[in-house]
Amino acid sequence: MRFAVLQFPGSNCDQDCVHVLSNVLGQDADYLWHKEESIGDADAVVVPGGFSYGDYLRTGSIAQFSPVMNAVKAFANAGGLVIGICNGFQILCETGLLPGALVRNRSLQFRCETIYLKVPTTDSPFTSEVPEGKLLRVPIAHGEGCYFAADEALAKLRANDQIIFQYATETGELTDEANPNGSLLNIAGICNEGRNVCGMMPHPERASENVLGVDDGRLVFESMLRHLEAKTGVGQAVTAEA
Amino acid sequence: MKAKIVITPKKAVLDPQGKTVQTALEHMGYDGVKAVHVGKYLEIELEGDAESWRPKIDEACHKLLSNPVIEDYHFTIE
Repeated sequence: MRFAVLQFPGSNCDQDCVHVLSNVLGQDADYLWHKEESIGDADAVVVPGGFSYGDYLRTGSIAQFSPVMNAVKAFANAGGLVIGICNGFQILCETGLLPGALVRNRSLQFRCETIYLKVPTTDSPFTSEVPEGKLLRVPIAHGEGCYFAADEALAKLRANDQIIFQYATETGELTDEANPNGSLLNIAGICNEGRNVCGMMPHPERASENVLGVDDGRLVFESMLRHLEAKTGVGQAVTAEA
Repeated sequence: MKAKIVITPKKAVLDPQGKTVQTALEHMGYDGVKAVHVGKYLEIELEGDAESWRPKIDEACHKLLSNPVIEDYHFTIE
């Protein structure tokens, strides 16, 4: 599968994403500069973390107007798989591909630590490979990760099972103590109504190799791969040969 | 001529900065501070006619300068 990893001025997790996708998972992964107007023949798009445009004005606010984002919007609206991680999540909210917004952490501190994620639904192209009930250990690193959406939008997220990652204790409870940034409903990641666009504050690409201590993040990328394979028939062919 | 734009967090959004400033003011002995809201102030220098700028600045506030999900804005052109 071919992944396009966007690069804005100030992106800094783009290389980690390309490394995991190509060296760990054996996929094609290309950088895509934000001035490009097409995503080419990519099967999926990764909007990586960082500080696009120095977080000026609001996180993700300037990046939403980069030429490449028009192509990403068209791709997403046609059902293409898009994942935004950290700053990528903020950008996808600013573009309107995902509901809500991410504001300053309640503590006002930049939080950089490994947390536990509850996966409330495996019914998404980003969580399908997560074993039922498994908690993911994944790092976070952000100052503006407090998820906010108006009551109506929040109700819609719940009704449609769009909340796909929540900050939890190591036993899977959604408590205030386990919530590192004050996000409503302990939200760490959501998907859109069409379930093909995901945004998450934690960094699965920093937890995809055992040599780094934990590889739970791989499950997110592997879920995307299985979804793409099923869509194109590649997976079935491999299974049939095996 | 300048557009002077004030952007403030919506009431429903947590404003930990405002709360922290409020606490600091109270510690300094300023009694009766009911609430503090920390926002942004932008000045945009313009040329041309103020009335024709008004809808354009409004649009720019809506599309870029503020995020309507979390912020309110108001502006003057003078």
